[in-house]
Amino acid sequence: MSAILIIEQILNGLQFGVMLFLMAAGLTLIFGVMGLINLAHGSLYMIGAFAAAAVAGLTGSFLLALVAAMAAAAVAGVLVEVVVIRRLYATDHLDQVLATFALILIFSEGTRWMFGSFPLFLDIPDYLSGPVTLPGGIQYPLYRLVLIGAGLAVAAGLGLLITRTRIGIQIRAGENDREMIAALGVDISRLYTLIFMLGAALAGLAGALVGAIQSVQVGMGEPVLILAFVVIVIGGIGSIKGALVGALLVGLTDTLGGIFLPELFKLFTDPATATAAGASLASMAIYILMGAVLIWRPTGLFGARA
Amino acid sequence: MIREAYVNMAVLALLLIVPVWAQMTGEPFTITLATRAVIFALAAVGLNVALGLGGMVSLGHAVFFGIGGYAMGILAFHAQTFTPVMTWPADVPGTKSMPIIWLVAMLTSGLAALAIGALSLRTAGVYFIMITLAFGQMAYFFTISWPTYGGEDGLSIYVRNGFPGLNTLAPMPFFAICFTLLCLVLLFVALLARSPFGLALNAARQSPARVQTVGLDPQRLKLVAFVISGVITGLAGALFADLNRFVSPTMFSWQMSGEIMVFVILGGVARLCGPVVGAVVFVALEHILGDLSDYWHIWLGALLLVIVLFARGGIVGLLAGRARAHD
Repeated sequence: MSAILIIEQILNGLQFGVMLFLMAAGLTLIFGVMGLINLAHGSLYMIGAFAAAAVAGLTGSFLLALVAAMAAAAVAGVLVEVVVIRRLYATDHLDQVLATFALILIFSEGTRWMFGSFPLFLDIPDYLSGPVTLPGGIQYPLYRLVLIGAGLAVAAGLGLLITRTRIGIQIRAGENDREMIAALGVDISRLYTLIFMLGAALAGLAGALVGAIQSVQVGMGEPVLILAFVVIVIGGIGSIKGALVGALLVGLTDTLGGIFLPELFKLFTDPATATAAGASLASMAIYILMGAVLIWRPTGLFGARA
Repeated sequence: MIREAYVNMAVLALLLIVPVWAQMTGEPFTITLATRAVIFALAAVGLNVALGLGGMVSLGHAVFFGIGGYAMGILAFHAQTFTPVMTWPADVPGTKSMPIIWLVAMLTSGLAALAIGALSLRTAGVYFIMITLAFGQMAYFFTISWPTYGGEDGLSIYVRNGFPGLNTLAPMPFFAICFTLLCLVLLFVALLARSPFGLALNAARQSPARVQTVGLDPQRLKLVAFVISGVITGLAGALFADLNRFVSPTMFSWQMSGEIMVFVILGGVARLCGPVVGAVVFVALEHILGDLSDYWHIWLGALLLVIVLFARGGIVGLLAGRARAHD
């Protein structure tokens, strides 16, 4: 277990974490402002990845593919918000869970119908592929560094948007008291659509960025969706800062747990048992983390509302 | 309420007549389909105790379904390989006997429900949904990465387990077993809902503060309901494993939890036979639409959307009208 391996794994964990943040940011805004549980957020991630793969296949341009991913997910998000989600704000969580579960079925099968069941591939462009040498002689893939940079840039941008702009003020006001800002003359339903669009575009961007290092296939959104829920529950629902902290915690716990828990167990038992036990524990680690956080603080690390 | 009773009778009668008719016309597959519907119905009746009576939106009931399934899988696996389940503190052999398997399935899923419920009920609302989902995922990933009982591939059981005096290998007796269990559980739930406990639970769902004022502990009422709910769903899991003679981590997947919840809501939350109607309609749709189109999930999704948006109260609500004014 060398220092280089540890630093590599920490970078991998960071990369995973910032991509989770892109998903979690949208979810936490949508829940914080509209009080809506959106299980279909993973479908928007998938739509982003498929749009990127299709456009990259047609044009060969990765940047165009990213733009297409955000646009497609944003359009799908607005469509879903206007047609379905808008009717669910006043209902209880149970109806929201069921309706967005239904949306997952529709989106997944619709995508399968359009693109088939086989995975698509989205290539990393030449100018972003290959390793770079970090200080200390560590070789690390450039693309993953770009992902970390892009994720942190989006986090900073969102932070500025929320704290420094008029829209941000409206979003924060909407979280606190939606009747009051409606009374002050803010078009609340347009604000909702806008937030939904923003969240959808971020999910689509995450799908496209991650699609280049994994395969693009139907059902790719749901595992990420569940992790994003874990993230926002750990961070406290509605808090962007919480989403960032939660995402990095989950990313690092998952990546480092998979490497170090088997090693740790080897100190106590024989290698075969240690590998099996370590792997099982590592796969549960983030859920154990979430359970522990909720038992310690039932509304998450940065959550204010009960 | 009278109309709902008629709907309930009609559903159960239909569920009994279809396989009998299939038996006479020689279509064993229809019996298997009906058995599948009955088992899903049982799982959903279990969830309905937590969801409908107790108001606990659990998106993790696949845990209990899966634990029931693996209770059957592990016991039967040791019986078919002639190895002991454990050697400490005592030698415990595997078994192929259904009643013992059911007992173990109910006991283990009950214990799991006690632990999960005690921890999850510290939270409420959306956090409760998420923490139950997280427990489900925990169990799912644990079974995938735990190699002793097949890991991701699951466990195959070669011969269906036995029930004294019945040939469970034929479809009809196995259906009869499942149907009888469903009726017994429905009777139990109906009595439970009218018992002092059921009334207190109903009150705890609507107004925890008032229940506390009269000296009852709402959290404890909910926890007991959650355990009962887990036990019923666990029993359904054991039957489901026996129907397929196969258990795999899919039984723990969150899609499974979602489907069980779909049965309840499709049929009607807090209605005695709502989950039964939901499961029957779901299995029938799966079969009919699955024949018509490879992409039948689109139509299922569209139907669910229509029900959520326009038919609150599910199918039983549509057929029997609004049940109780205070809901």
